[in-house]
Formats: sequence, structure tokens, C-alpha cells
Amino acid sequence: MDYHSPASFAEASALAANATGITRFLAGGTDVLVQLRSDLVTPDTLIDIKKINGVSDITRNADGSWSLGVAVTGAEMSEHPELGRDWPGVVEAMDLIGSTQVQGRATLTGNLCNGSPAADSVPAMVAAGVTVTVTGQDGTREVAVEDIPTGPGKTSLAKGEVVSAINIPARGNNGGDAYLRFIPRTEMDIAVVGVGVSLRLNGDTVTEARVSLGAVAPTVLLVEDCAQAVIGTTLDDAALDALGAAASAACNPIDDKRGTIAFRTEVAGVLAKRAAKIAYARAKGEDV
Amino acid sequence: MSKLHVSTTVNGDPVEYLCDPRETLLDCLRDKLNLTGAKEGCGTGDCGACSVTVDGRLVCSCLMLGVEAEGKEIETVEGIADGDVLHPLQKKMIEYAALQCGICTPGILVAAKSLLEKNPNPTEEETRYWLAGNLCRCTGYDKIIRAVMDTAAEMREAS
Repeated sequence: MDYHSPASFAEASALAANATGITRFLAGGTDVLVQLRSDLVTPDTLIDIKKINGVSDITRNADGSWSLGVAVTGAEMSEHPELGRDWPGVVEAMDLIGSTQVQGRATLTGNLCNGSPAADSVPAMVAAGVTVTVTGQDGTREVAVEDIPTGPGKTSLAKGEVVSAINIPARGNNGGDAYLRFIPRTEMDIAVVGVGVSLRLNGDTVTEARVSLGAVAPTVLLVEDCAQAVIGTTLDDAALDALGAAASAACNPIDDKRGTIAFRTEVAGVLAKRAAKIAYARAKGEDV
Repeated sequence: MSKLHVSTTVNGDPVEYLCDPRETLLDCLRDKLNLTGAKEGCGTGDCGACSVTVDGRLVCSCLMLGVEAEGKEIETVEGIADGDVLHPLQKKMIEYAALQCGICTPGILVAAKSLLEKNPNPTEEETRYWLAGNLCRCTGYDKIIRAVMDTAAEMREAS
């Protein structure tokens, strides 16, 4: 295994483009090292992106949007005084992953590029409308988070492409987001179902909505029917029921020891309703 | 395969080693620097027996490559006592008999020390969540939690 620590994303991209065999990028390493040590994936080329300038920066831009470096850890996100006020759902979703030790290393970028359908931060990022900047041999492109995963362990990134920044939109006024997951214990587990919701209100009425489901399909889903179920409503009981039904209808889960198809489908509806209520309260300025 | 040269700082001492890029920081600490306090329990970041701090941040040394330690400040359980004088956490762990087989103890000490540096007055719930990534199959955790809480109280009084 060749280890590289390039000084720029252009160099990282060139290294990956010219590499033969299996290539992995190393951010926090909490998935890459596990796969390496258990002989699941033994990269021929390992490209550590943490020596690139700015990869640990959390920046609030002039328009209120956020730029996060690709090596920003969960712990750094949770400790940031402002980020969690704008996007509590995104920060809480990341914070649910693993232990204190894992939080010291794990990154949004790694959680996304690992391609797990159960990745906690990904539904929250999809709901928030997060995009990533992808650097390749022909320059950079901006890609919506929901367009990165293509199946378990698979992404749409081409050979030589590397995620070089996380772009979180401006929260703006009267908006709120939330992420909830079901696990059979209180900590240190993988989502059986995860739901991310982001709403914007005009008075009491929902004007914008994005709802995302995790662990109930081969990829994290952005569910337009869920958004339509609540837009134009005051999130009354009828809207919540329609939201829950739309979430359950969108599920295409696996049946495994952590949750049956019937269970995951039911719970997706329940969590969608609960997450929407939290996002709604946050959009109203309530501290929940 | 050529080995890579790494210069880093462990418990305040500058150290150097040569490592294969596949070797973890845990491998390097144990096999090259003879610091065998950190243990390999699972090797997948689940058990916390290999806990160390890197630039003040609590991590699993099994989930970090040895080459990534270049230029970092590593703290291990070996650096917790001041010579022959035990750290208050170590004394309390003994006083409470908060260990049996001892495999998890170095990781618990490093993690608990990191907690108390960040939060000198943690609640029991905060302590339990902070240590959720440090598995112990002997004690049932209660003595560990009580030892950490009592250490925190004692250190607050002393300061």
C-alpha cells in the first residue's frame, strides 16, 4: 500500500487518476481503517487529504452559508458555537455516530463517501440541501449530497474525483431542521431507520420542506411526496398522517436481524412525524 | 515495501520510528515504542481499550495510522502518572476496585482524564455517555463511573 499526503486537492485528484488497483481517500479513517484491518478493502493507494490547507476549517460565509473542510470532525462540529444553532439537525445527526473516540476522527465526508445507506449524517445533509464540491481532473463541480451514493458502498464519484468541500446553505429565517433515528439501544449503534427533515415557515404555514430517509433503501432517499404532504399546511394532524404515510410508502428496506421490512416501514412513518414536529418547533424559534 | 519515517511527540518526549503505512498508531506505540499500556481489544474502534489523545483529542489509536502521527502530540496512559505519583484518577480506580482483568483500564483512564479536562463537573449521564466507547466486561461499569465522579469532585475541591 502506497501512502500519500498531497498538499492540494488537484494533486490528490491526479494521484487517484493515475493510480492502479484500489484507491481510497483517508479523512477520519473510521471506516477505511476498519475495512483495511479486517481485509475487506486493502487499498493499493491511500491518499490522506488531511495535510491539505483548510480541511479542518468551519467557515460561515457572508451570505450565511457554511463551508466545511472535508476533515472537520464530528467533535469539532458539536463544539462549534454557531453551526448547531443554524443547523441543529445536521450537527446532531453527526454527533450520533459512534463513541467520543470516533467523534474525534469521523467526518461528514467520510460518512457520505463510505456509501452506507444507514449513514446518520447523510439524511440530515440531504434534508438541509447540502452539496459537496468535487475536484477531478477537469476542475471542480458541485454535486447535491443525494446524488453521491448510488448503492451500498458505492458512489457516483469517478476515478480521480475527490470531495473537496462540504457546502451547507444559509439557514435563513423561519427555518428549522431535525434528524431522528431508531436504534435498539441508546448509544453506539447503527440506524435501523433514520429521518431528516428541514422546513421553512411563513407564519404557521410550511412553505418549504425537504424530507430524507436513511436505512430503508439501498441509498439514502430524498422523498418529494413527504415534502408535498406538509407544504401549505400548518403541520396539523392530517398533514402529519399524510407525511407518515408518504414516508412509509417510500421505504424499500432490507429484512435483517436489526429490523424487519414491516418494522422499518412502520418506524419510518413514525419518525418522520416526530422529526417534522421538532423541525417545525425550531422553525418557530423554539428551543428543542 | 519501503517504510516511512515518522517524528512525533509521545507524553512530551520527541520520538521517531519507521513504519509500514498499514501499521496503526496502536501498533507503533506498542511494537516500536514499547508503550504497551494501550491495548488492542477489537481493532475496529468499538471497545476503546486503545484510547489515546492526539493533539488533545480523544481517539482510538487502532483507527489511526502510525504515519498520521507525524508532527502530532500523543498522550498515552503511560503519561498520566507523574513519575511514581499516581494521578487522582488512578488512585480512585484502585480505591474503588474499578477494575478486574484490567484490559480496559488504560483506555478508561485516558478517556476519563480527557473528560475531566474538558468538563471538570460532569453529570453521571455525561460521564456514562462520554465513556460509552470504552467497553468493560468485568465491572458492570458502576465502580468505574463512581471512581470518575469521585475523582472529579476531589479535583474540583483541590483546585
